Amino acid sequence: MDMDKTVADLAEALAGIEDGMSLMIGGFGGSGAPIELIHALIDRFRSTGSPKNLTIINNNAGNGRVGIAAMIDAGMVAKMICSFPRSADPRAFTEKYLAGEIELELVPQGTLAERIRAGGAGIPAFYTPTSYGTDLAKGKPVGEFDGRNYVQERWLKADVALIKAELADRHGNLTYRKAGRNFSPLMASAATLTIVQARSVVEPGEIDPEQVVTPGLFVDRIIEIADAQQEEALMRAGVAYS
Amino acid sequence: MTEKLSNAQIAWRAAQDIQDDSYVNLGIGFPEMVAKFQPPGRQAIFHTENGILNFGESPAAGEEDWDLINAGKKAVTLKPGAAFFHHADSFAMVRGGHLDVAILGAYEVAENGDLANWSTGPKGVPAVGGAMDLVHGAKRVAVITDHVTKDGRPKLVKRCSLPLTGVGCVTRVYTSLAVIDIENGRFVLREKLAGMSLEQLQALTGAELLVQGEIRDLSAPENLQ
Repeated sequence: MDMDKTVADLAEALAGIEDGMSLMIGGFGGSGAPIELIHALIDRFRSTGSPKNLTIINNNAGNGRVGIAAMIDAGMVAKMICSFPRSADPRAFTEKYLAGEIELELVPQGTLAERIRAGGAGIPAFYTPTSYGTDLAKGKPVGEFDGRNYVQERWLKADVALIKAELADRHGNLTYRKAGRNFSPLMASAATLTIVQARSVVEPGEIDPEQVVTPGLFVDRIIEIADAQQEEALMRAGVAYS
Repeated sequence: MTEKLSNAQIAWRAAQDIQDDSYVNLGIGFPEMVAKFQPPGRQAIFHTENGILNFGESPAAGEEDWDLINAGKKAVTLKPGAAFFHHADSFAMVRGGHLDVAILGAYEVAENGDLANWSTGPKGVPAVGGAMDLVHGAKRVAVITDHVTKDGRPKLVKRCSLPLTGVGCVTRVYTSLAVIDIENGRFVLREKLAGMSLEQLQALTGAELLVQGEIRDLSAPENLQ
């Protein structure tokens, strides 16, 4: 049977995301942020009260009143795992964090990337020089290799990944746009359910195999969003999805 | 006589030590200025953590592509020969020893090479980004900074009092008053402003300045933009 991972609409794309799940969300700032998937999940929360108590894994913790910031505003997020929860307009996270209403696991950026890579690659732990001797290494095992000290870090996996791609074929092979790929190829491999919004869905064979960045094996569902919104542009236009 | 170098002049001085064809990461904020002052005839290739090698200047206002940004989330452009890559590859470049130099800002630098540049203490929302990764792996880790804090306390100290970014990682410090190498756990003075005595400089420095051989005059062009 000819494989086809496309789904009919956003509701079908997001089906099965439940309270208490962990979600990896691609993007670095607005670059590569899957705004339509995020906003559709907020719509579902508004109409059904679910999903809530989510753990969100992203480099940042939202900007302005759209995307992840709007999820936090809506009260869907219990915990952020990120490297840099500051932005041009970090109100959403900052207010909840200072009020003790959201938990933060702060991870150095390269360690966050490598933990996700390890999660996707089946490597439960690894050693890195990053954070050795700092507050962020407290409580973690340390090992000496060839005369240098390293910190043991654990893999990071998630129930779901939400990814923005440029092209997808029906098998799930993906390309990305410019620097928008950032964490997405790693996250696609580290989640149980990987959901992709792509600017264009094409037939298998239309993406040159040499150009595939994420092989389709890592992808479960694809929805075409031809005219996707850009988080940074929304933020600068003062748009609020809260 | 120059009382102290401006930020642009400190960035200019640091740029003079970047060799042709180097791979370089500049920390967000003040260190980004270093890119503007590459000596004529030299061309470094700049790396940004979010996944670009060989990016160029900011585009004109209105020409921004928000999928094409640097680690500070500013819009950038590409130069011929640019490359995109995902975050695990990007930090393999950082930690794997593949960058020639990383230039970072600092709250404090200690004579043992420890750096504090990510947190001023437990207040507010903590954020680290790539700071703790960038201090490991580059062949040279240089700091550019004012020599003292806004209220006049030394930023070059015996031991850092603020939360550390990395241990024993800094190899050279370019300040508003001097250029100092860190060797064997000591500050070694290489350059200082001509109008400043060693005693005056030492009084503004929180650990002993070692003098080994010639101390050159530190100078930079005026009116740098």
